[in-house]
Amino acid sequence: MRVLVDHFDVFVGGFWLTLQLCVLSATGALLIGTFVAILRISPVPPLRWLGGAYVTVLRNVPLTVVMFFSAFGLPALGSNADFLRIPGLSTVFSRLGIDLPYFRFAIIALSVYTGAFVCEAIRSGINAVPPGQAEAARAIGLTFTQNLRYVVLPQAWKAAIVPLGSVIIAMIKNSALAGFFGVVGDLSNSAQNLTSALGEPIIPVFVGISIGFLIMTVPLGLLLDRVEARRAVAR
Amino acid sequence: MRISRMAAVAASAALAVSMAACGDSGGDGTGSENPDVATPSFEAGTTMAELSEAGTMTVGTKFDQPGFGLQGLDGEPAGFDVEIAKLIAAELGIAADDIEYVEAPSAVREELLEQDRVDIVVATYTINPARKERIDFAGPYYVAGQHIMVRTDDDSITGPESFEAGDKKVCSAQGSTPAENIQEYLADAGEQLVLFDVYEKCVDALRGGQVDAVTTDNVILLGFIADNEGDFKLAGEKFTDEPYGIGVKKGDDAFRDFINDTLEKIYEDGSYAQAWESTAGEFDDNTPTGPAVDRY
Repeated sequence: MRVLVDHFDVFVGGFWLTLQLCVLSATGALLIGTFVAILRISPVPPLRWLGGAYVTVLRNVPLTVVMFFSAFGLPALGSNADFLRIPGLSTVFSRLGIDLPYFRFAIIALSVYTGAFVCEAIRSGINAVPPGQAEAARAIGLTFTQNLRYVVLPQAWKAAIVPLGSVIIAMIKNSALAGFFGVVGDLSNSAQNLTSALGEPIIPVFVGISIGFLIMTVPLGLLLDRVEARRAVAR
Repeated sequence: MRISRMAAVAASAALAVSMAACGDSGGDGTGSENPDVATPSFEAGTTMAELSEAGTMTVGTKFDQPGFGLQGLDGEPAGFDVEIAKLIAAELGIAADDIEYVEAPSAVREELLEQDRVDIVVATYTINPARKERIDFAGPYYVAGQHIMVRTDDDSITGPESFEAGDKKVCSAQGSTPAENIQEYLADAGEQLVLFDVYEKCVDALRGGQVDAVTTDNVILLGFIADNEGDFKLAGEKFTDEPYGIGVKKGDDAFRDFINDTLEKIYEDGSYAQAWESTAGEFDDNTPTGPAVDRY
């Protein structure tokens, strides 16, 4: 276990980068997922089909393939994902702003992929809202948007918290794939570097990497449990 | 019906075999000619005598290394390593056609020798002390080194020092020695270094402009330059040394001396340079002069 002490900075650096990646990707996934969920329940059939197609495709394609398309397909299409170099954000998350686009590619892949699962989690929440609520809202003359905004979504979020938590925890674990698509210095890439190039023993290194992921996922799980307990739909 | 179908299969098989034979006699496609075979005599009991007597030998080489050992469609590897093996075999009185090739991927080269599954290993095999613990090396017969590959139209990179300013980006393979070596020259690895599991992805990133250079051993880069005609070139000089040796079984000093003698002989008579020019020399004009062999 000496490697954990000797290379503590490597583990800490990897943890920070993976954490940044996860925060940004989770934000992206929640935005995309909510939007697609709204598409899927919209009263306009083509939008429903669009949302359905998105979920069906992204939920059934392996993340490795999504990552590959993001990292090698986007450059082929002439994009380095520069739209993610948002001025204020890139000063906080410095990897966003630099010329190497693989961190941004990883965010796109993780957000787009996880967005499909977020959509389904939210839709399950929406389905948990008793139909009478939406019908009553319509009866008092609320539009579709108002209906969602004031009646359905606030209740749906609460019911969706538990499945959303599982989706985000799965995403944090999935982020380990980023190290194999050009993101240097994240937890999984650090593990590779320590074992292959520096010849450190494999088991302690992976114990360290596992601890890094547990620090991210376990508190999140506990937090979600508390939120669920406090904000659960009272029936 | 059944008999005639079998006859047809047999006939076509015979045809295939005879066509394959034609292919063999037509040369191996690398433009090289098989070396003249010597008729030597050796002291009884030595490895040389055994191999010479048997008239055949087994050579471990790479099957996936363009320019050095690359398996062609005919199933036979071709390249500089293969030519060196042929020259050594010729000195033993073994014709090139009587050499049997065994694939020797990096991870199992020592095992192949230890278990007597090959007589020699000529497989871009870097001499280092850890390996010398298990096997012996003749040579080196070539000194490879880490090099930098850039796009043909890019003249801004002249060596690893070009990365010190921090504005140039470079790609290599995860967990590889070249990836470690290049980090000494980087101002900030997070901003300048990309690592992938295989070099092909680096080549894609270089072509797409996400990185400015790919770095690893020059022989691997030469293969990519050959595969992507005109897209890439080497920049500057190699900046590390990887002496390639010929692996023999541990303790077989007489055989090792014989191979060292053979190397010195082929340096002298020009067949070494010819072997280079007909193989790796197709994409690297700098024909090496044989490095001094290390008779430890």
